Amino acid sequence: MGKKLLIQNDKVGGIHTLEVYKQHGGYASVEKALKTMTPEAIVEEVKKSGLRGRGGAGFPTGMKWSFLAKPEGVARYLVCNADESEPGTFKDRYLMEKIPHALIEGMITSSFALGAKTSYIYIRGEYFYVARILETAIEEAYAAGYLGKNILGTGYSLDLSVQVGAGAYICGEETALLESLEGKRGNPRIKPPFPAIAGLYGCPTVVNNVETIAAVVPIVMMGGDEYAKIGIGKSTGTKLISASGHINNPGVYEIELGLPVEEFIYSNEYCGGIWKNKKMKAVVAGGSSVPILPTELILKTAKGEPRLMSYESLSDGGFATGSMLGSGGFIVYDEDTSIPMNLYTFNRFYHHESCGQCSPCREGTGWMEKVAHRIVEGHGKATDIDLLWDIQKRIEGNTICPLGDAAAWPVASAIRHFRHEFEALIPKTAVAH
Amino acid sequence: MAKVTIDGHTVEVPDGTTILQAARAIGGEVAPPTMCYHSKLKTSGGYCRTCIVKVSKGSDKDPRPMPKLVASCRTTVMDGMEVQNLTSPEVVDARKGVVEFLLMNHPLDCPICDQAGECHLQDLGYQNGGEKTRFDFERRTFERKDIGDKIQLHMNRCILCYRCVKTADQITDGRCHGVMNRGDVSEISTYIEKAIDNDFSGNMIDVCPVGALTDKTFRFKSRVWFTKPMDAHRDCKKCSGKVTLWEKGDEVLRVTGRKDQWGENEEWICNDCRFEHKKTSDWTIEGPRNIDRHSVISQNHYMKLATPHFKKLDK
Ligand SMILES: Cc1cc2nc3c(=O)[nH]c(=O)nc-3n(C[C@H](O)[C@H](O)[C@H](O)COP(=O)(O)O)c2cc1C
Ligand code: SF4
Repeated sequence: MGKKLLIQNDKVGGIHTLEVYKQHGGYASVEKALKTMTPEAIVEEVKKSGLRGRGGAGFPTGMKWSFLAKPEGVARYLVCNADESEPGTFKDRYLMEKIPHALIEGMITSSFALGAKTSYIYIRGEYFYVARILETAIEEAYAAGYLGKNILGTGYSLDLSVQVGAGAYICGEETALLESLEGKRGNPRIKPPFPAIAGLYGCPTVVNNVETIAAVVPIVMMGGDEYAKIGIGKSTGTKLISASGHINNPGVYEIELGLPVEEFIYSNEYCGGIWKNKKMKAVVAGGSSVPILPTELILKTAKGEPRLMSYESLSDGGFATGSMLGSGGFIVYDEDTSIPMNLYTFNRFYHHESCGQCSPCREGTGWMEKVAHRIVEGHGKATDIDLLWDIQKRIEGNTICPLGDAAAWPVASAIRHFRHEFEALIPKTAVAH
Repeated sequence: MAKVTIDGHTVEVPDGTTILQAARAIGGEVAPPTMCYHSKLKTSGGYCRTCIVKVSKGSDKDPRPMPKLVASCRTTVMDGMEVQNLTSPEVVDARKGVVEFLLMNHPLDCPICDQAGECHLQDLGYQNGGEKTRFDFERRTFERKDIGDKIQLHMNRCILCYRCVKTADQITDGRCHGVMNRGDVSEISTYIEKAIDNDFSGNMIDVCPVGALTDKTFRFKSRVWFTKPMDAHRDCKKCSGKVTLWEKGDEVLRVTGRKDQWGENEEWICNDCRFEHKKTSDWTIEGPRNIDRHSVISQNHYMKLATPHFKKLDK
């Protein structure tokens, strides 16, 4: 049984209420941080903890926080990214739905550390009922004096509100999120400037994922050094994994980073093996954007070492033989899955979600969808696989935001590892384009 | 100041200059082509990816190359930076890909498009495109729309460069022009068909690099290369009154702002000058406008008349 720091109390009745949450040690980090620590000391602990962003990119949180510009007389903001729209990812929802106060507590402690006086939780439109849960919890926190003016008599004041998005995946990209939060069209901004310098309303801003912010609570409580002992190497702490697909026990699991992938898939504590006694064909380990890996490469690295659930191990071998931990959206496919069909589904998603600013992403995502559709429908042309490969290559790295890459990588990896499945779908009589 | 070398040519430019501006300072083929960048529009550029270049050396301090090709219009130079444009086969190939994306859904209706001859996309396709598209699906189509009584929007031709959106944003007040929808069904819109009723709205025609926004008063009047561009001015209370007249015989067929050698407006002009003064007598003529841009509009003008070349007949 691995260590749990975030959702250990998820099954406790009434844990969504402030009263029960407090009975289980809730809001202790606010007491500790606001009464006994300086903001700098908290940032220092987060740095020591080695915590890395849980939104997908895995950027060290302490470093991100220390980049925040602090010009005199200018507001600073903390914005929580609860847009969670990556196919295969639903861990933030679970956390917010079950233990909303864990996020609110993290927001208060983190806002204090960053010197923010107004903070926002930007949540995806489809999670409107979760937004209600959060709003109710925020009201409770205000009533209990954890939010609002002069929190716990410390002189620190903070306002926190929830903003509901309108259901666009792109609004999870941090600068598109800020545009949307400002009431504008959710188009990603061209960087630099980065949000740490000019973010919300042009002010220095930190954008962090729900799970990242919730992890600040145990870090403040146990100290950065203790937290860093959990996990493996530079993958410290615990991670929420959304497990889905052809497994016996789909759901959200908190794992200690470094858990072997094989154990995660086959142990009854987690996924419980492949459903219907079938064999596994492939895994998308970190949400739809990361490269898909066939069974042999997800269980073992190309070097033959057991693959672990960690940032480093999952990316071992680069894209040729590895993938990424990403947002922790772990999708398992059984032996009967059609990889081209799965790819077509992903293509449709990225085509639908491209904001349309960059020509390669705007045009390329739709083109890839059309070609993949023709292949899975059985009237692909002899040159279509190479065409798909070429289109994704022309999108990758040539766009404003990483959605372009996210649309390209699944295509590249599906062809790299499962080219034979595409070839089998192309009629023998097919002509070249 | 920063010293930057582009395709082997070195130039010194103030800190904060973009690679594109440095390349333009060198001039000629070294300057990457652009579609969505416009020097007079803040925050323009970065979208179309036409001006991508390779940074083979980051700076003297940090000589590492940049890992990806960058949009030269939005990347600032560093001292000692080395950049490759045409000398990098990777850039040339990637640009060809961008042109393919831009033309994929374009109707290629140049024969009936008023922009033909001064169209940046036409020039770009001619210089950097492939000979054949690999896109063999139905192209997306939109209905033609009027934006006010003087401007027509052919969304089919639009490449979503956002230049008109930025123009509406930055030089007209009471903005009601933007982008609706998302991805490849995005469209330029006046937000629920509201006409742009503004003294400077006509500049959106000038900034459109393709034939998506055209001047209805000039519609189908003439191919641009049959008209003579003349610089002219008049006293105007609203703008500088400095324009280019496009004449055929003694008739003024069209009035536009003056554009620099990159096809970008030198100044904005008002709708009064653009649409309401179509008589030669309205204007003080300064002389022929030299069109620098490497395009068909620079042909056929007496400024650049090529000496006819006759082959001697063998006796
Ligand atoms: C298209 C796109 C969608 C994204 N969606 C999310 C999201 O839903 N939630 C999230 O936390 N990060 C998302 N990100 C990553 C954010 O841009 C950003 O890196 C993250 O919120 C930073 O938080 P972290 O450092 O705590 O991970 C997305 C990025 C892209 C490019
Ligand atoms: S990569 Fe796609 S989603 Fe991202 S800014 Fe460009 S067009 Fe928009």
